[in-house]
Order: sequence, then structure tokens, then C-alpha cells
Amino acid sequence: MIWTDLQNALGGQGYVASDDLAVSLHLALTLGRPLLLEGAAGVGKTEVARTLAAARDTRLIRLQCYEGLDAAQAIYEWNYQRQLLTIRAAAEDGETGKAVEQRIFSRDFLLERPLLAAITQDTPPVLLIDEIDRADEEFEAYLLEILSEYQVSIPELGTITATTKPIVILTSNGTRDLSDALRRRCLYTYVDYPDHGTELAILKARSPNIESHLANQVVGFVQKLREEDLEKTPGIAEMLDFAAALMGLGIGDLTSDPATLQATLTTLLKTQSDQANVTTEVAGRIAGRAA
Amino acid sequence: MTRVTRFAGRDPGPTARVGGFIAHLRANGLRLGVAEADIAMAALTHVHAISPDEARRALRAVCTGCKEEAERFDALFDSYWMDAGRVKQKITPTLSSTTSDAVNSSRDAKGEDASVTGSATAPDDGDGDAESDGTGKLIATELRNLSRKDLRDMVRPEEIAEAEAVARKLGAALRDRRSRRRIAARKGDRLHFRKTIRQSLATGGEPVRLLRKRRPDRTHKIVALCDVSGSMTLYAQVFLAFLAGLLRADTAADAYLFHTRLVRITEALRDKDALRAIGRMSLMADGFGGGSKIGPSLQLFADTYARRFVDGRSVVLILSDGYDTAPPETLTNALTKLKKRGCKIIWLNPLKGWRDYAPVAEGMAAALPHLDMFAAANTLADLAALERELTTL
Repeated sequence: MIWTDLQNALGGQGYVASDDLAVSLHLALTLGRPLLLEGAAGVGKTEVARTLAAARDTRLIRLQCYEGLDAAQAIYEWNYQRQLLTIRAAAEDGETGKAVEQRIFSRDFLLERPLLAAITQDTPPVLLIDEIDRADEEFEAYLLEILSEYQVSIPELGTITATTKPIVILTSNGTRDLSDALRRRCLYTYVDYPDHGTELAILKARSPNIESHLANQVVGFVQKLREEDLEKTPGIAEMLDFAAALMGLGIGDLTSDPATLQATLTTLLKTQSDQANVTTEVAGRIAGRAA
Repeated sequence: MTRVTRFAGRDPGPTARVGGFIAHLRANGLRLGVAEADIAMAALTHVHAISPDEARRALRAVCTGCKEEAERFDALFDSYWMDAGRVKQKITPTLSSTTSDAVNSSRDAKGEDASVTGSATAPDDGDGDAESDGTGKLIATELRNLSRKDLRDMVRPEEIAEAEAVARKLGAALRDRRSRRRIAARKGDRLHFRKTIRQSLATGGEPVRLLRKRRPDRTHKIVALCDVSGSMTLYAQVFLAFLAGLLRADTAADAYLFHTRLVRITEALRDKDALRAIGRMSLMADGFGGGSKIGPSLQLFADTYARRFVDGRSVVLILSDGYDTAPPETLTNALTKLKKRGCKIIWLNPLKGWRDYAPVAEGMAAALPHLDMFAAANTLADLAALERELTTL
């Protein structure tokens, strides 16, 4: 397999991957290494994993990180209620303590969370660890153990080794500096906002019905808007929403109706000050330049 | 397009070339080990390695680990593999002399001429003038001091050790009860199911003893920004020692210097050898003792580094006298933006300790409404005294 095959496979699912990204993904697959994707919000980092899972026809297991994420939510948890009931029932049946202990700390009583689930599948799934920078350092350290050994140690049960190695994709928005150890363990790609051509391809892949004149204008407008000094730069998802909004309103040309253009900007600008800064005149000017 | 480097005839082969490339990256500051060299070789076998573009992409995925490295990679790749057809004689480059020179060179060679630069500290047209009636007059200058000052002349190792102790205390004072994880504790607010069940086995499933867990205390992360412009020269000694101590005491802390520019000095100050750390820092603090642009520096900080390093659990410590040559609006904007990240902002002004001091300098007045705490700090003892006030923050 060469990387262009992968790029085409992703393209078949409606995801336009840049050459950089396709090569990195290809290497992550062939070398069996986790891939760390960094970049601004809305450049399609999470979508890569989703599309990859679809293209390879395998399960996507997603772990959304947040502050305070711990082993109980990420790896495994015992089913306490069931354990308690079993102990009570066993006491009435006169079962010995040793036997009960054996029973309640078995796989039947284990609730699998994403990380454990990912290494116990029959076919290698895509494991997406989303926004790893939101989790705290303690979790990152634990993750390292799993990423290097592909095994989980459960004190009561022993070590569970991976039946298949999952394809691991980590994403980060850069809200926190990740540890060097984690970065070293992963392949790395910085996903930037797409250039004009790529973004146009994305738009056409996602909304095939769009007229090419409008598509060109939409992409040009969003590209120009990203150069403005905004608090929250619009991502690809916003661009697609914007295009959908324009199509829904039946607008064929951005420059034709400044007031409606201003109204549809709610799909692109997501903070109050950004909306205040990009006035009708500014929007019109950008649209004029983009056309 | 640049042409591919030709290698000398006695070149031992592609493995050695890739090894040489890894060494080349390492010499240029990328942290790569033997394992990376191994993966790089493996990666090249999986792409069409003859094509420079594919090799470049593959090696970039393997050898870089963050955005900055990825941006620098292209130039490093070109300088090794695309050397305009010139013949590369040696496969393994010797360590570039510039980086090591910075640390080990004799100090006299650096030229300690900062004390004789008259022009850099000359007053401007008076717009940044302090309204103080003391004997000394403090003036903000716009000029950048082009001379290099060796900061090692200003800081002694004992001071760093002392500062380290102070910094440790300050860090301890900044406890915060906000962790969302729970750990086992005697007086917790939630049941620790795992332990309780375990123990209840002994009593036939009857949870006789309920074990608990609670949220543990977490420290704040300290981000220190130190003004080293001309007007701050007097106090720089204390503050630099404090910064060095802070970074040694607290592994999560972050430090920056600013005058007319902003420099991140965290990496440099983490050097194991305290004095060498100061030496590395002085190389980065090019322009030390020059003019001050507080507003633009903080703005730059808020736009770039703060996005990555400042969050709701950070305390931003600004060590400055507030004499700014830039308009105060910039400072206001920067602080507003910084505040939005949810951090606490503490401004330590060495002048506040003066009798009859009032924050009349335009910059300082503009900053005041955004501060969580505005305190005096001239000496290490002053910094140590902050401990009590920080606990109430």
C-alpha cells in the first residue's frame, strides 16, 4: 500500500487530506505508531479519525479528554452495584470468601471504558483520543504506558495484553504543553487551515450541489476572513455551514446583497466582539476582494 | 528548486546518511534519540524515498514533535539534503560551535560594555516621565539597548538558592482546591466504592466501613514576566534570581523577559547548572537594559504564549515598574485578553515600596483595574512576605 491509496480512500469518504497528513497517516498505519495531530479548532483533526475508521471499515472508539478525566472513566471500572449484590447473595448461599472474591473480580464484573475496549477488539479499531491537552498531566503519564506497552494492569485481575493493536490518533488544540515523552512516542503533524484549492475541494466534496461560482466566492471569503484579526478564526465546519446557509437562502453571488451576507455571518463569527468588528461594510469589502 | 546534495564517494551508504541527518537535527536543537533514527529509517522504507518531497514529509512526521519544530524542519532538511548539488564531505557534522560557545566561552570575550552605553538610557521627550519627587528620576526609553549585558555579573549562586526557597514557599501558598479528580481520603465528600467493596468482602458483603474520597489540593501554575528595561536595571538582580529560583523550585512554572521584545526563558533557566542557566538567559535577553514596551510585549504574550500556557489555574506574575513608552490602551487590551483566559494577574512593582508612591505612570494607571493584586517588591524578603497575601487570593 502506498500513501496515495490512503489519500484516495479518505477522499472516497469525503475527506480531502493534504499530502502531509496522508503521508503521516500512512506511516502511522504501517509503523504502528500513534499519530499526534495538532492545529487550531475546526481544521478537521477529529474528522480524520472518523473517516479513517469508515474507510477501513472498523470501529471508532473515542475518548474525549477533559480536566479530571481519570482511570475509572478512561480505562475500566468495576461494576460495584453488581458486586455488592453478588456478595450478599453469596453470603446467603454459604459460599466461601475466597470463591466470592474470585468471582466478583472477574471479567464479567468489569466495565470496559474506551482505552481497555480499544485493546480487546478482534479487529484493530481506530482509537481517537480527542483533545489530549485538556486532560491533566497525570492522565498523560498513564496514557504513555498504554501507548508503549498496549497493555493494562488491573491489580485484582492481572495484566490484560492487547489482542490487536489499535490505530491511535491523538488530537490537541495546544491549550497546554504536552510532555516531551508523549510527543516522542508519537508521529507528529501540524494540521493547518487548508489552502484555497484544498478548501474548495472539501466544499465540493461535502456539498456537491453548490455552484462553482458561489463555491469559489465562499472559500475566498473565508480565506480572507481568516487573515483578519479575529478572536475565533472560522474553521472548515463553519465554512460548510456558511455555504449551506447561503444555498438555503438562495443566494448566488456574495456581493449582491450585503445585508443578507451580514446575517449569514452568524455561521462564521462566534463571539460578540468578532461580530461587532466585522460590520456590513467590512464584510462587503472582504467579499469584494474575494470575488 | 534547490538541487539534491551529492555525497562523497567514500560515503558508507543511506543508513549513515540518515544517521547523519538525525545528528544534524540534534545539533540544531531537536531532541531526538536513537529510537527516532530507527523509526526514520523504517519510515523511509514505507514511502517512495527517492522523491525528496515524500522523504521530507515522512521525516517531518517522525522527527518533529511540535509546531515550532515542524516549521524549522524544512530549512534543516534543505540544508542537509538539498545543498545545491555541493558535495558533502563529512556525513556526521560536528556539533555547531554556536550553541556550546554560548555556555562555555570565557566571559570577558562577551564584552561587558553595558555599563558604558550612555545613549540607551538617555531620556526621551519626556512622555514617559515619572512624577516622583525623589532624588532619582525614572524614565522610560524607546531605544533598544544593542549591547549585551552578561547577567551572570548580576546574580550570584547563593542568591539563586535563596530565591529557590522563597519561590517554593510562594508556590505552596498558591494552593487551590479545584482539582476534579478524587483521591482516597479520611474525610471525603464521596464514597470510594472500590475500597469499600473490597473491605466489605471481609464482612460478608456488608459495607461496615464506608471509605471516602475527596478532591485534593492543586497548585497554581506560576507564569512570570519580568521587565528588564533600563528603568528596572536596579531591581533586575533580585528578580532574575527569583525567576531562576522559581523555575528550579517549580517544574510547572514558566518565565519570560521583556524590554522592547518578549523572550521566553523557561528552557534556558531549566539548565541544571544555575549559573550556566543565567548565562544562557543573558544571550537570549539581547537588548537588556534598553527601552521598555510593556503593552506590546504583553499583547504579544497574550496572543501567542498565553494561548498555550495560561489557563484558569495559572497565576501571571508581572514584575515591572509600569513605565511604558507605548500608549496605555495596548496594555489595557493585553491585560483584558489575558484575564479572559481565567488566570489571576499579580503585578509586583518595585516602586510601590517608595514613600508617597502613587501609580500615576500612565501604563500603571491603565493596568490597575485588571489586577488581582498590586504589591511592592524590591528584595527577596519582600517576595517572601507575599506568601501570606497569596493564600487569600
